[in-house]
Amino acid sequence: MMLASSLDSIGIGDAAVVALLGYGVVFFGLILLMIVVTIMGKIFIAKDKKAAEKAAVAKTAVSAIPTAAPAAPAAAPAVAPGSAGQLKLHDVEPKTAAMLMAIVADKMGKPLNELRFISIKEVK
Amino acid sequence: MINVGDILLNLWEGSGFNAIFSGFTTGGWQNLVMLIIACVFLYLGIVKKFEPLLLVGIAFGCLLSNLPLGGLYHQELWDAFMNPSSPMYHSYGEIMREGGLLDIFYIGVKTSLYPCLIFMGVGAMTDFGPLLSNPKSLLLGAAAQLGVFVAFFGGILLGFSGPEAASIGIIGGADGPTAIFLTTKLAPHLLGAIAVAAYSYMALIPLIQPPIMNLLTNPEDRKIKMVQTRAVSKTEKIIFPIVVVIFVALLLPDTAPLIGCLMLGNLFKETGVTDRLSDTVQNALMNIVTILLSTAVGATMVGSTFLTANTLKIVVLGVVAFGISTAGGLLGGNVMCKLTGKKVNPLIGSAGVSAVPMAARVANVQGQKANPSNFLLMHAMGPNVAGVIGSAIAAGFLLSVFG
Repeated sequence: MMLASSLDSIGIGDAAVVALLGYGVVFFGLILLMIVVTIMGKIFIAKDKKAAEKAAVAKTAVSAIPTAAPAAPAAAPAVAPGSAGQLKLHDVEPKTAAMLMAIVADKMGKPLNELRFISIKEVK
Repeated sequence: MINVGDILLNLWEGSGFNAIFSGFTTGGWQNLVMLIIACVFLYLGIVKKFEPLLLVGIAFGCLLSNLPLGGLYHQELWDAFMNPSSPMYHSYGEIMREGGLLDIFYIGVKTSLYPCLIFMGVGAMTDFGPLLSNPKSLLLGAAAQLGVFVAFFGGILLGFSGPEAASIGIIGGADGPTAIFLTTKLAPHLLGAIAVAAYSYMALIPLIQPPIMNLLTNPEDRKIKMVQTRAVSKTEKIIFPIVVVIFVALLLPDTAPLIGCLMLGNLFKETGVTDRLSDTVQNALMNIVTILLSTAVGATMVGSTFLTANTLKIVVLGVVAFGISTAGGLLGGNVMCKLTGKKVNPLIGSAGVSAVPMAARVANVQGQKANPSNFLLMHAMGPNVAGVIGSAIAAGFLLSVFG
């Protein structure tokens, strides 16, 4: 800021110095940021790796426990009550219908398997 | 008995038509030329779709301020506002009292309110994930600021003062709000020409960049497929804006308004607990500020300051700045390509100019022309958002030198 008054009408040599210095400062600032972001990334990668290792150890420990009876089959994923039923399409391509259903589910914030679509009709 | 003739005569004498034609040689012609220019810009915005969200407002602001006797914008008030010997020096109260509608709009530009709010919206719409997963792309964002400083130097060679040349150079940053922010501080009399040049060239990026990309990269390198980058956790995305604002604002305090707003907007987006604020900043606030900013900037395009040789020089220097910034990014991309053993496609360097996301899309399109199965978009978004930070740092540097 103290340079401002003297640099209002600067010569070509000074302008070249300002340009080079400016380009250097941009690089310096972004390199500094790159170092910080890289370090931050390494910390997070190491943390994720540690968490994954812990999970793997826990899993191994659980599988090592002897069991008297064969393990029960894994429970099937919960299914939404009711049947999805038959969807009737009127002048709508199945691809478009799938897209519409996905959009509706997304907008409502509900899983698609909890919604029931009865028919989709193109309004002309 | 009413004299109909006198009424009609008074109406004619009080009309803008009379003001244009009776004072044709003393400034009326300038109004007429500016009205034609405003209509050309409206055509470019509406029919050719050159940055219509901004150009339509800029053109209409220009149209309104060049209608004689409309009283919407008063250049003489702002000249007095900038004159230290005037009683109106830095008096927003006088502007509020004496000014027209567009003068009041312009206060938001003058105080840097609008560019900062636009930056907040940009931050809320930006995903820094690609940058976080590949931090080296920050180097490409830096390399692509070359045009800023070359155009600054060119401006000095063409006879502009230091602050004027700095304002012209920042066009090369391809970042409208940053260009407006810096020009308002350093050379407000050039604001109209610089804003129009910056936004016009940003709209022309798909035409300006490809020839330079083809010239500065070889066909084999353009085919390089880049590997998928790592997934970035939500926590990293939340910490990033806080870290950036601390580092950059400590390095160059003059960038604090721009970087602060950019990162605040991004934090609203990433926290997951301020969805309503993020939505408002991205949509309602952004749209309102765009209307005010574009009409206010357009209003500064009055004939007496716009129809000069300097405007032509700015237009030429602007395109030079854009071209050289693109070249700088590509050269950085080529260096990175060599150093990484051809793991980086040099085309992504061109996205270092910060026109988000247009420059990244152009890099993707050019990459697909060389290799149809190539998807560079996410890789190009890293340098693209790095360019936003880079141009803000460049503006901060120029402001600290000439401000």
